[in-house]
Amino acid sequence: MSQAIAGQLQSGYPAAMRESIAKVEATRDRRLKEGPRNAMSAAQRTQVLQEWHPDYKADKKRAIQVGPSKGERMPHEVADLLEAYPVVNPRKIDLSSPDIEVQILILGGGGAASVAALFAHEEGIPTKDILMVSKLRHGDCNSIMAQGGIQAADRETDSPASHYIDVLGGGHYTNNPELVKALVNDGPLMIDWHEKLGALYDKVDGQYLEAHGGGTSRRRMHSAKDYTGMELMRVIRDEVRNVGIPVIEFAPAVELLLDKQGHAAGAVLTNLETEEYIVVKANATVLATGGFGRLHIQGFPTTNHYGATADGLIMAYRAGVRLIDMDSVQYHPTGVAYPAAILGQLATEKLRNQGAEPVNAHGDSFVFPLEPRDVESAAIIRECYGNNNGVSTPSGIRGVWLDTPMIDAIHGKGTIKKRLAAMWMMWHRHDIDITVDPALVFPTLHYQNGGVEIDADARTSVPGLFAGGEVAGGVHGKNRLMGNSLLDYNVFGRRAGISAAKWAKEHAAKSPTLKHIEAFSADLESAGIKTDRKAPIILPDYRREAVLERRLRILT
Amino acid sequence: MSEEKMMQIFIMGKAYDVPVGVTIMDAMEYAGYRFVRGAGCRSGFCGACATVYRKEGEYRLEFALACQEMVEEGMHLTQLPFTPAPRSSYVLSELDADENVLLQHYPAIARCVSCNTCTKACPQDIEVMDYVQAALRGDLKKVSELSFDCIQCGLCSMRCPADIKHSHLAQMARRLYAVTQSPEPDHLKTRMSELAEGIHEVQLDALMKMNLDELKKQYAARVIEAEGEES
Repeated sequence: MSQAIAGQLQSGYPAAMRESIAKVEATRDRRLKEGPRNAMSAAQRTQVLQEWHPDYKADKKRAIQVGPSKGERMPHEVADLLEAYPVVNPRKIDLSSPDIEVQILILGGGGAASVAALFAHEEGIPTKDILMVSKLRHGDCNSIMAQGGIQAADRETDSPASHYIDVLGGGHYTNNPELVKALVNDGPLMIDWHEKLGALYDKVDGQYLEAHGGGTSRRRMHSAKDYTGMELMRVIRDEVRNVGIPVIEFAPAVELLLDKQGHAAGAVLTNLETEEYIVVKANATVLATGGFGRLHIQGFPTTNHYGATADGLIMAYRAGVRLIDMDSVQYHPTGVAYPAAILGQLATEKLRNQGAEPVNAHGDSFVFPLEPRDVESAAIIRECYGNNNGVSTPSGIRGVWLDTPMIDAIHGKGTIKKRLAAMWMMWHRHDIDITVDPALVFPTLHYQNGGVEIDADARTSVPGLFAGGEVAGGVHGKNRLMGNSLLDYNVFGRRAGISAAKWAKEHAAKSPTLKHIEAFSADLESAGIKTDRKAPIILPDYRREAVLERRLRILT
Repeated sequence: MSEEKMMQIFIMGKAYDVPVGVTIMDAMEYAGYRFVRGAGCRSGFCGACATVYRKEGEYRLEFALACQEMVEEGMHLTQLPFTPAPRSSYVLSELDADENVLLQHYPAIARCVSCNTCTKACPQDIEVMDYVQAALRGDLKKVSELSFDCIQCGLCSMRCPADIKHSHLAQMARRLYAVTQSPEPDHLKTRMSELAEGIHEVQLDALMKMNLDELKKQYAARVIEAEGEES
């Protein structure tokens, strides 16, 4: 913390925010005694969503004009990229002699990609015939940032059926039932796999420490402190390295290749350092490119990693794959609202499942702490902008308190540092001690609920193209519950890897082409879309306008 | 929005004016840098943005994550986006968890001179040297506990005079500890055999046949399990 700022702060907060913290402290004992407010009824949930959730603002979306999801409404930020021209000129790419030929090409470097690689290998594909390619480093992804946990119905009082009902209700019954069945039925299987790989889940007396998440009916959230995503990703990545599956980093795909029959045939990559293109021919291609948080839908800050720019959606769409549920976006209820330096970073739902309660500027609770995420987010937005009970920060942002000291009050001193070490560290770096003071939060763009359409075997409508993880839609319908994204990438990464292996053994890709790209561009032109937008964008650009305006591109 | 206060920092030796109160990463982008390497999760979990800096008037090098650390007046910055640390491959199920296993795979730990430079370099405040010492003793549990918050940024290995590959070593220790000393709970094994018998699939298939009204009734009728500590 720099001197200039620290001088005006008391333990991380300015005086005006301190006044509100005093009100939170004044009501804490009473709130602890009374327990949380009741959950909303179905009607109350519907009302707060319709009035306050960003998804329900009609003017923030438009119907897409071309392609397999033509006519379906999506956020402008997504539509802008789907209605954009390719970054490569198909005629300038030499496809006649591919640089690399493999049986299975896996696009992505996160959880789903790594799981797919391991299971494709287990299904009998030699490591030299598998290739993972990643935009950033292997493991620089959303999977590694997941904090709170992973759901799996493994306790006696729980069942995959209970998990199924929770997922469907949380998703407003818009989920694909086949995918939900796969998700919940494979849950215990994936936890068992992690155990065998040597992942360290939290245990007490040899039993899992399992907690609730927003919208769950049973405690089935497995955790590894609040580093759950990191623990799983680093163990799975270590196993990819043990097995020896080749990975090329900083080499994202920019277009998929199709052969004459319309089967997936690999991809065109770009080496981000040398900027040359690389043609990879493959019998099967797995799309595990993650989500779109860095598009900053409706201007929201995001919890997502630097490369979450929807590349996979765009490539698959041009290849003819339908996108589903793209009208819904997950805003995590509790992103950091203060300090501004870490605005929008994730404050895990685990803070709430361990007892921290959202509280307004006057120290009053206003919502059940574990509503499904869309409902909780809408309630927080309403409290700030409908009821005007938010806390204002020096940079003009509003938020509500997450009363973190309640956690140690409920579970005993030391709980936060033990179970929420990452969260403690994040605020500690900014001189805020969440064991003593509450934290200010506001919803932040977190997850792409929808995505490319897949079936329960992770197949897309393009033969030979498989997808799993955040890039795929249908599993969560229009709202995902906590702990189901880590499960999703495991379940559908595995299924994608197995399906790709089976396909690759029986189908040799023919000569790859980019004709579908030319056809898509022609469709854009005939729809009258005149734009200089190009996609995929690969990385966001956060450089200052004033610098960009003065750029002389001499070396390019 | 109040008027931005500015200060001067040095990125790879060049001076730039950047706003007060932002992270090193945001400051570099403000200055006009576009990251390809050196940026990952941007939330302190992936270790891609390991940063070395020196403060004005100081001789010491300091270490941080660019996405988490705030800029300070006069900081001299650079980034280390890649640590070319070799790792030792292994088949987890074939490892003997004896006291020499870590030493066999990472013999450099025997060269540890207890200088504690690794610990000082750690942006996660991990007692790195202590877990290297625990590794020398073959204490897998201690290595696991001490190293658990490691984001594998590689700064410790960049500084180590003995060329120890700390994050790979600790990763291996944690996995080995998990499979040998933190057994899978019985209830998971029970559920696995139930799943193999297909008991739960029958229930799921019944739910899948329900229409929307029936599903809504099922959802409304859920009994929410009480909060609890143990499973």
